[in-house]
Amino acid sequence: MHLAYPAVLAVLLFCTGLYGVLARRNAILVLMSVELMLNAVNLNLVAFDVWLRDTLHAGQALTLFTIAIAAAEIGIGLAIVLAVYRNRGTADIDKLRDTAEGTGPDPADPEDPAAPAQKAEAAA
Amino acid sequence: MSGILAQGALTAPHGFLSPTGVEIAFVLVGIATLAAAVMTVTTQQLVHAALWLVVALGGLAVEYLLLTAEFIAWVQVLIYVGSIVVLLLFGLMLTKAPIGRSPDADSGNRWAALTVAVAAAGTLVWVVVDAFRTSWIDLDGPAQGSTKVSGEILFRHWVLPFEALSVLLLAALVGAIVLSRKSAPDDAPADAAAPRETESR
Repeated sequence: MHLAYPAVLAVLLFCTGLYGVLARRNAILVLMSVELMLNAVNLNLVAFDVWLRDTLHAGQALTLFTIAIAAAEIGIGLAIVLAVYRNRGTADIDKLRDTAEGTGPDPADPEDPAAPAQKAEAAA
Repeated sequence: MSGILAQGALTAPHGFLSPTGVEIAFVLVGIATLAAAVMTVTTQQLVHAALWLVVALGGLAVEYLLLTAEFIAWVQVLIYVGSIVVLLLFGLMLTKAPIGRSPDADSGNRWAALTVAVAAAGTLVWVVVDAFRTSWIDLDGPAQGSTKVSGEILFRHWVLPFEALSVLLLAALVGAIVLSRKSAPDDAPADAAAPRETESR
């Protein structure tokens, strides 16, 4: 098999995930796009492992580790998204602008920027 | 490595215009996988995005099978399709995602995102095709990713990373529980729970 086939497919999947991360508004859809990018990396690892005929099979071992780390990442990510949803009532990452620089729509206190976040958490 | 390449080039002539059956199957499944991935990031219905993600991940499992990485394929089906997509669906339900079409699923910077993604795809495809134009994967011989081979290399050469990974999974599990535990409405239950925690230690 030509090596360019899996490599090009991995590139296209990665860029699809990149578009999803940049363009999606819901935090869970962003996590799905991150999964697509991780899968593109896995496909590259497997293809190069089979191409190089590595005796240690480092590519396949790293693929297994990446899958396990992706499972851990999705668990922590969903816990964070659910905590944010419980505190703020939204999982919309365009509306979570407490740490944004520049002219935000919310009148934050310039001396203590952490005050609105603490108040929001206390109110929730 | 160059010896292997030269040997492969000598024994079997390759060509772009004479694809093998494995290559045709790879391209067809790849087109389906890519289409499902594009649907995942562009559909306006949130639950449908998760279901298209199942198709994309299943297609990738078939690609692993075609690359003779059999064990990785079944791990992909078990962990990604079996647990991660289910977790994502639970997350969508717990954040009260709308069932029908939600026109605000894409943010306002989608055209900038499309520009970045297309530019990155063009650059990377050009680089990858230019770099691996004369490289072929030799899929003949014994399967390189069978369960026997994977088990042997994993528990002979990769035992320490494997055990460290299990500790990481445990830490992630504990972290997820701590993050998703509801904070006490007042301080009394927290004070009541504190002595029990110290006793259990």
